[in-house]
Amino acid sequence: MRGAAALILLALFVAVAAPSPPASAIGPGEALEDAKLEDRARVIGRQLRCLVCQNQSIDDSDAPLARDLRRLVRKRLTAGDDDRQVIAYIHARYGDFVLLRPPVDERTWLLWFGPALALLAALAFLFRRLRRPRTAVTAEALSPEEAARADVLLGDRGDEP
Amino acid sequence: MSAEIGHFALIVAAVLALGQSVFPMAGAARRHGALMSLGGTLATGQFVFVSIAFGALTWAFVTSDFSVANVVQNSHSAKPLLYRITGVWGNHEGSMVLWCLILALFGACVAWFGDNVAPGLRARVIAVQGMIGLAFLAFILLTSNPFDRVNPMPADGRGLNPILQDPGLAFHPPLLYLGYVGFSVTFAFAIAALLEGRVDAAWGRWVRPWALAAWSFLTLGIALGSWWAYYELGWGGFWFWDPVENASFMPWLVGTALLHSAIVAEKRDALKSWSILLAILTFSLSLLGTFLVRSGVLTSVHTFATDPERGLFILAILAVTIGGALALYAWRAPALKGGGLFRPISREGALIVNNLLMTVAALTVLFGTLYPLIVDALGLGKISVGPPYFNATFVPLMAPLILAMGIAPFLPWKRADLAGALDRLKLLVAVTVGAAAIVVFLEERHSFAAALGIGLAVWAIGASVLELAGRVRLFRAPFGESLRRAAAMPRSAWGMTLAHAAAGVVVTGITASSVWQTEIVRVMKPGDRAEVAGYTVAFAGVQEVRVGNYLARRGRFTVSESGVALATLSPEKRVYLPQRTPTTEAAIRTTWFSDLYIVLGDPHGEGGHAVRLYHNPLVPWIWIGAVLMFLGGMVSLTDRRHRVGAPRRSVRPVQARPAEA
Repeated sequence: MRGAAALILLALFVAVAAPSPPASAIGPGEALEDAKLEDRARVIGRQLRCLVCQNQSIDDSDAPLARDLRRLVRKRLTAGDDDRQVIAYIHARYGDFVLLRPPVDERTWLLWFGPALALLAALAFLFRRLRRPRTAVTAEALSPEEAARADVLLGDRGDEP
Repeated sequence: MSAEIGHFALIVAAVLALGQSVFPMAGAARRHGALMSLGGTLATGQFVFVSIAFGALTWAFVTSDFSVANVVQNSHSAKPLLYRITGVWGNHEGSMVLWCLILALFGACVAWFGDNVAPGLRARVIAVQGMIGLAFLAFILLTSNPFDRVNPMPADGRGLNPILQDPGLAFHPPLLYLGYVGFSVTFAFAIAALLEGRVDAAWGRWVRPWALAAWSFLTLGIALGSWWAYYELGWGGFWFWDPVENASFMPWLVGTALLHSAIVAEKRDALKSWSILLAILTFSLSLLGTFLVRSGVLTSVHTFATDPERGLFILAILAVTIGGALALYAWRAPALKGGGLFRPISREGALIVNNLLMTVAALTVLFGTLYPLIVDALGLGKISVGPPYFNATFVPLMAPLILAMGIAPFLPWKRADLAGALDRLKLLVAVTVGAAAIVVFLEERHSFAAALGIGLAVWAIGASVLELAGRVRLFRAPFGESLRRAAAMPRSAWGMTLAHAAAGVVVTGITASSVWQTEIVRVMKPGDRAEVAGYTVAFAGVQEVRVGNYLARRGRFTVSESGVALATLSPEKRVYLPQRTPTTEAAIRTTWFSDLYIVLGDPHGEGGHAVRLYHNPLVPWIWIGAVLMFLGGMVSLTDRRHRVGAPRRSVRPVQARPAEA
């Protein structure tokens, strides 16, 4: 079970660095000269929703609004904002809906922590179940008649993964 | 006439489905042989009549019978024959008929190939299939009749959504439905077992081939959808965590868990109750997917029915099926006896890890998909749940899953020695860590993600190769001996090895194309050149063409490498008539190891065009891997012990047993 704890730790670690496709719908002349700044703009762009589109980030969309937002992001970055400030700037003007990574608040606790809690609960359940010697349950032997029937139904049961 | 024949056939099919739900069930309860076998006949009949209805609808589309409303709304006489046929399921009504056709096919298959299943259980399975069929046939007849006529008859149709006029998307729904609906059989097996109050190792054995078949088709269907998104949506992405994608992905995740737990149920007589729950959940998620797509609750790129009345009807089917199944489970499952004992570190334990992570991953996807709807419905505002959420929650679950997948085949049943297994894998551990270290060393930007992805891929593929080598005693026995062992290996072992290695191939593709993509966006005039990842792409110009039912601006790009011309690529911007819908057709040159991907944008300045050039390394491996997974499933399915109906029949008919709950 210590292995499981290590895995969870690893999992949390990975969560910070999950990749996503860098492809985008960005147009000619939009990208910033400064490659580092442009990289940051892409990371931010993938976290903002194109409000008039169906499930697209501003980086994925050809819509004029998406292009305006991409420009806005780059303008704020060039002005010296850090990533968090840029996102906060757009969040303040367009509301929660613009954030593809929903904010962590009382509405979204279940969303963010539900799966992890479910995993922990399941692990705890399994841990107790497998730890406890199950003396009460003994496998019942098949009667000869049942065994014969099982053989007929199953054919042979050889080694198989 | 054909429309009336089709409508009538649907009604007959619904009546047969009613009989199919009642008679075999009653027969199984009273152990009445004739009533039980009537189920098989009715299932065959239902299939025949749904086929007639489907054939009639197809005929109406092929002959462009514009007296049928559905044809008017979704077809056009200028459409190529292929898309007149695939247009049958490129709309709500027709796609539901296809759903029913595949459902009836699976029901009939249980009747045709289920000889080895105990008659009582088989009768109940067929009855449950009949009930599902009845519900969906009633849905079509009451809310979505595809055979409605229009009067007066218009001169021509309105045409199929141009996005659907594409080979990838044309065959995406049938494959997806083979998967979705295939899980109805495992669901029916679960319900039938609960009704009988008896689940034994044989149950696991009977369920496995059906789960395997459904899973294989679902894998292929999802991959085809993703491939379509890649080449059609025009910016080289392949998975968008779109709600409709998620709707098909959730049954896949839980279905994968079922596939593995059923092995434990068969081999070790354990996890039986859990397998039944997974079978119920998998089909429930398939139904949920159908509901989400068909009801218009979610608006998405490829939703084509938005009708609240229909949504309500499907919601009712959903509530009765899922609610009823879970209630039955809560009532009967506690009486099911537990089976084989095992230690946490064992093959059973590893398969439980798979089950746990797959179901939690499905839960994550479910939460992410439904949460915005729930928050909105509760009046708490509008929120979005997009790729950043899914990447942050889903990827961390997949990493340990792949680690466990590599090591599980090295663990024996019941009680295993983890240190011993790792000792056998120590070379692979070193190679994996080495590969990850090299990636960290070479890559600056997303080094952690890249190293993790490549490490996991090396691990998955390497472990499969080692497992295979160990089985055939490669280099430890004479080569002839190894070959003999390989030939004697059960097909299901080959299938597992292939599918597990394929998972590594998919991870390689996802990682490499995400991390090492090159993108160039610029305005190009005829004669301009651009350099992408060692290729020189020269823009020759744009011409206007008219092809069939669309107009296109077609770009011409010549691709060369060190002065050697390799290919001419022609990306297009199309406008489909008669709707005047624009679409973008990327041009792709693939080497199987990478794609050069060109998108023609809008005119820009004098004679110039916006052009996007991408180099996507290893991206084809995503779909190659998915196809290998499918083949793994198919190879497994041909295993003598899996082959539906193949095992020897019992000499004397097996008596149905009284319920023991």
